Amino acid sequence: MANSIHTSRRTVLSLAGGAAALVIVRPADATPAMLQTAIRNVVGEANVRTGKVKLDIPPLVENGNTVPMTVSVASPMTADEYVKSIHVFNEKNPQPNIGNFYLGPRAGRAQVSTRIRLADSQKVTAIARLSDDTFWSATADVVVTLAACTEEAI
Amino acid sequence: MPSALINVPKKAKRGSVIEIKTLMSHIMETGYRHTASGDVVPRDIITSFTCRFNGTEVFRADLYPAIAANPFITFFTTVSESGKFEFEWIGDKGFSETAQASITVE
Repeated sequence: MANSIHTSRRTVLSLAGGAAALVIVRPADATPAMLQTAIRNVVGEANVRTGKVKLDIPPLVENGNTVPMTVSVASPMTADEYVKSIHVFNEKNPQPNIGNFYLGPRAGRAQVSTRIRLADSQKVTAIARLSDDTFWSATADVVVTLAACTEEAI
Repeated sequence: MPSALINVPKKAKRGSVIEIKTLMSHIMETGYRHTASGDVVPRDIITSFTCRFNGTEVFRADLYPAIAANPFITFFTTVSESGKFEFEWIGDKGFSETAQASITVE
């Protein structure tokens, strides 16, 4: 009886230890630590809220080598209230950064389009920095059939 | 041979918001690919794109290997006067290209 209690206590402790390790590696929304670090490098200690940002990216792409992407931010783009920058991140490429785009009140419309590479099916996150230094984000899941980056060069 | 494609409206009304489309032909080699013999293909990407209007920066971008080959970037700007847009791409291995486009504002 005593032995079985001892065993179960040890099991519980080891489970707890494992869970703690998992929490360190994968915070809150279970995205890889690399992505979190890249985002922290941009936003610092600021709180990133969901909203205002619209991330247009196809939910299913056949070729990860060229994926069209448009990020737009709801902002009047006046001298007092505008978007300073837009930062785009991914979860599973070799590097978490995709691009940083710097705008200003003169942009007139807070919208940027480009084509990106995705090495795997993954989350893409866009974060906008507003003129009042608040951060807003949007995240999209993309399923990639043919991954980028893995093919051999000639 | 690098070449840029720029799409800027020829004319615009004063104070209107115009869309600018740019494309620079470039391989954007990620640095993560290998040859058949296992050697890493060295990274060769464009790292920075800047657009200036009459000398003032209106848009800038930092690019990473996750940007697809032949970087295509579109953005918006407000035009208040006639003038010249200057575009500049800078990258690895001393890559540097510029392009220009003029606009008449009425």
